[in-house]
Amino acid sequence: MQYSLPSFLIVSSLLFCLGMYTVLTRRNAIGILMGIELVLNGAGLNFVAFSRFLEPSQTTNLLSGQIFTLFIIAVAAAEVAVALAIVLSLYSRSKSIDVEDFKQLQG
Amino acid sequence: MKDIIFNVFILLTIIPCFWVALSSNIVHAAFSLLITLFGIAGLYVLLGADFIGVIQVIVYIGGILVLIIFGVMMTQRGKLLPLSIQLPGKLFGAVLTGVILAALLLSATRTLWPVAAVLGEPQLTSAAIGDLLLGKYLIPFEIASVLLLAALIGAVLIARRSVRGE
Repeated sequence: MQYSLPSFLIVSSLLFCLGMYTVLTRRNAIGILMGIELVLNGAGLNFVAFSRFLEPSQTTNLLSGQIFTLFIIAVAAAEVAVALAIVLSLYSRSKSIDVEDFKQLQG
Repeated sequence: MKDIIFNVFILLTIIPCFWVALSSNIVHAAFSLLITLFGIAGLYVLLGADFIGVIQVIVYIGGILVLIIFGVMMTQRGKLLPLSIQLPGKLFGAVLTGVILAALLLSATRTLWPVAAVLGEPQLTSAAIGDLLLGKYLIPFEIASVLLLAALIGAVLIARRSVRGE
C-alpha cells in the first residue's frame, strides 16, 4: 500500500474490527481484554494518522492528535490494571475465567 | 524504500492480529499481540510521532503486555476451556464485524479528506508535546494522573481481597 492517509485508515479499521470480533466471540476474560487493546490501538493510530496528514489550520495545533493518543494509552493502562485485578479476583473465587460461568452478573 | 518499510510494518501489524482474534491457544494470542503492538509502534514512528512510538513500546509492550501475560500464566491451572463461543454466536459476531468493517472501509476510502498538499518534514515532537501537556492540556493531564493513581489503588485493593479469600 502507498504511504497515504487512506492506507492508515484501512489498517486502523482492520485493527478495530478484529478487536471487536475478539471481544464478541471470546469466552476467556483475558482474551476479551486483548480485543479491547486492539480496539484502543486502532483509535490511537487514527488520531496520529490524522495529525500527520491533515491540512494544518490557524486555530488548532496538529500535535493535539498525538496528545489524544497519549491519553488513550494512559487510560488503557489504567483499564488493564483494574480489569486484571477483577479477573484474578473472579479466578480465586470460582477457579474459572470463562465469562459464561458468570451469568449471575447479568443481574 | 519508504513504501517497503511501510508495508512491512503493516503486515507486522495485521497478520498477528488475526491470531489474536482466531487462535485457540491463549498464549499464542498473547504473543501475537506483542508483535502487533510492535508493528503499531513502527507505524507511529513512520508517521513522525517519535515520542508516541517510544511510549507505545514502553507502556504497551513493557507494561500492559507483561500484565496480560502474567494474567494468562496465573489463570491457566485446571482444565483447558474452549477459548471462543460456539458457532451461531460466532457467525453473528462475524456478520456484525463484517458489516462494520465494510462501512469503515467505504468511509475511509471514499471521503475526500482535507489532506495537506505537501507533507512537512517530520520533526522531533517531544518538546512540543511537553509544552502542550503543561499548557493547553494541563487539566486533562492532571486528571489522567489522578485516574491512574485511583486505578492502581483500586486494582491493589481488589486483588488483595481476593488473595485473602474474603
